[in-house]
Amino acid sequence: MSELRRPNETGVPDSKQFMHPALVRNYGKWAFHDRPRPGVLRHVSDTGEAVFTVKGGTQRQMDIFTIRTLCDIADKFCDGHLRFTTRSSAEFMTTDETKVKPLIEALEAAGFPVGGTGNSVGFISHTQGWLHCDIPGTDASGVVKALMDELVDEFKNEEMPNRVKITTSCCQINCGGQGDIAINVQHTKPPVINHALVAGVCERPAVIARCPVAAIRPALVDGKPSLEVDEKKCVCCGACYPPCPPMQINDPVHSKIAVWVGGKHSSTRSKPMFHKLVAAGLPNNAPRWPEVAEVVKKILATYKADARPWERMGEWIERIGWPRFFEMTELPFTKYHVDTWRGGRSNLNASAHLHF
Amino acid sequence: MSKKLPSTPMLDELEKGPWPSFVTGLKRLANTEGKPHGDIMKGLLGQLEHSYQTRKGYWKGGTVGVFGYGAGVIARFSEVASQYPESSEFHTLRIMPAPGFFYDTKTLRQMCDIWEEHGSGLIALHGQSGDIMFQGCRTDQVQPAWDKLNEMGFDMGGAGAGVRTAASCVGPARCEQACYDTLAAHRAIINDFTDDIHRPSLPYKMKFKFSGCANDCANATQRADVAILGTWKDEMQVNQTEVQAKVKQLGRKEFINQVIRMCPTQALGLNDDDTLDVDNKSCVRCMHCINVCTKALKPGKERGICILVGGKRTLKVGDLMGTVVVPFMKLESEEDFEKLVELAHNMLDFFADNALEHERTGEMIERIGLANYLEGLGLALDINMISQPRTNSYVRTDGWDEEVRKWNDAKSSAAE
Repeated sequence: MSELRRPNETGVPDSKQFMHPALVRNYGKWAFHDRPRPGVLRHVSDTGEAVFTVKGGTQRQMDIFTIRTLCDIADKFCDGHLRFTTRSSAEFMTTDETKVKPLIEALEAAGFPVGGTGNSVGFISHTQGWLHCDIPGTDASGVVKALMDELVDEFKNEEMPNRVKITTSCCQINCGGQGDIAINVQHTKPPVINHALVAGVCERPAVIARCPVAAIRPALVDGKPSLEVDEKKCVCCGACYPPCPPMQINDPVHSKIAVWVGGKHSSTRSKPMFHKLVAAGLPNNAPRWPEVAEVVKKILATYKADARPWERMGEWIERIGWPRFFEMTELPFTKYHVDTWRGGRSNLNASAHLHF
Repeated sequence: MSKKLPSTPMLDELEKGPWPSFVTGLKRLANTEGKPHGDIMKGLLGQLEHSYQTRKGYWKGGTVGVFGYGAGVIARFSEVASQYPESSEFHTLRIMPAPGFFYDTKTLRQMCDIWEEHGSGLIALHGQSGDIMFQGCRTDQVQPAWDKLNEMGFDMGGAGAGVRTAASCVGPARCEQACYDTLAAHRAIINDFTDDIHRPSLPYKMKFKFSGCANDCANATQRADVAILGTWKDEMQVNQTEVQAKVKQLGRKEFINQVIRMCPTQALGLNDDDTLDVDNKSCVRCMHCINVCTKALKPGKERGICILVGGKRTLKVGDLMGTVVVPFMKLESEEDFEKLVELAHNMLDFFADNALEHERTGEMIERIGLANYLEGLGLALDINMISQPRTNSYVRTDGWDEEVRKWNDAKSSAAE
């Protein structure tokens, strides 16, 4: 066997070697930006030079042919440079205003919708799902594709009160993160344990320690060391499943989808917010998840019609109040909406402020 | 002889509609003759369709790596390998992109060529932490693919209980609102932590993210153990002629509705001549008015960073936002950057020494209290770290006089 090669432990490379030369020239010298049309940004530097950015939506999980198509477009219009956003949109930059229109046409002709700027619905950030994750309850890529088909006009236009960031996650760990709308798997039954495998596969004390409600304890099953779950205590979070695959949490019927709203990272106007549960029990209905799309579209339409300019989803709801949100979206309000987490008392109404 | 494309009636439904379809991409790879990804993707499509039919995932983890590193390859072995043997090993290589996700096409094409030869041809740009995800590699192809990517000048990302790949906003490369060089800070910190990325030995993961202002385009506040956000200390820059133009464009009523009324601390007023009255002492640097009036308003000139620590998602005690531990620090000179890197190392060391197994920084701080964390790191207490003083009277205050003395000393040394 030939000798193995030692890695060059170089860390992240310098971005400037990949940047469009106009960005290198004007690095740190930008004066202002505006948006000539949806999908296009114009940044003007102190020197007067302007850079136009055209943003195209992608499918994130890209085959090499798709990436090469993006490269062809960047070679033709942008001197061979492009970047990606945190939400997997491809951004094409040029100093030549006359290239903007043909660039948009080239992207659209190749099947990449142009948009995602300003107060639009951006691409849905998502997780790996059935395609690659070892613990997924659904296929994020599929949910996202089905939803973006429905929301593509809101991506292409800037007609929302503020930007809408949607996320999806294939389990309750929520790798997709906070969102104005978050679409997450919600398990509803305790794990089903394959006792024959536990002792050989799982580090039992680590699994017990992982449970947030101390519902797992050691047990001897059929003479073999295993684990058991106090099903009354279990919150069906699935935290035990990654360290112990024989504790199967995913279920074709009982792993449902929940919708959360009003999360945001930014400190713009209001402080950052967590998203809040508004709907659960939606079926994991592959391949197009129509029930999820219906709820998301209803929430978006209500927000679009009622929120004031620049209110993010969570800020709009804080102004109108949760009773009005549930009334307008016609979503049922249940005991499961009432927080029971140890920090959740602050989510109860400790005032005489009431909405009628 | 190459295999037949499996029947995928459910996945076919995801080829319909206007948004670019990943399924179409998978099929393009599966239908290519003469490349290893043809058969791999036929198997993968079969297994994915099986997942759609049965609503279950069929991957399990394992241990696959490259020589010299203890992390960065996410191993995936199929639980239904007998049915789909071509994609029975479908590992991911996490590779760190340049900060801000900048590429030239030569680099991207070279990556595609490597993945065409050694992998499935499927690349995610990018994963949730910010890695380039080269998805779908047989065990025996991991090392050769890695060798070539590494020779290009790219390094492997984090996984497991170590420092993770970082993410940053576009920063000063293309944004007038960036209050510090996010790309340089990202590179300075991450490249000083390569050992903790490649050979994970922490209680649990540790993430850094870099956003140039309070808009937090890198989603740092809740997604990073250490969120580094840009801010400024002096007065916001106002171009009053452009303010007047914006008032004219929106109309007085809408300008008041969209700018003045939306200020969270009521720090703004509209003067009779349609210029802006800014109460900079009340301003919390939230960015709203600057976002609306991109030509008229800009962050101040005395720019720097604030650092929020402890953000994370649910597992295991519930969601946590990062909270302020450094309200302001300059980040311009080489010494400033050295100071930041040193602070990051102190944060990592304190975490390594004090966190419990599988505990994140935010949970550790919740357990030990912020005051102890600050003391451990030698960080000065600051009123900007709280949203209000304590409301619970059960606290032992016998060190009060000593703490008052510290406060007064800090005040007089700041005055000097």
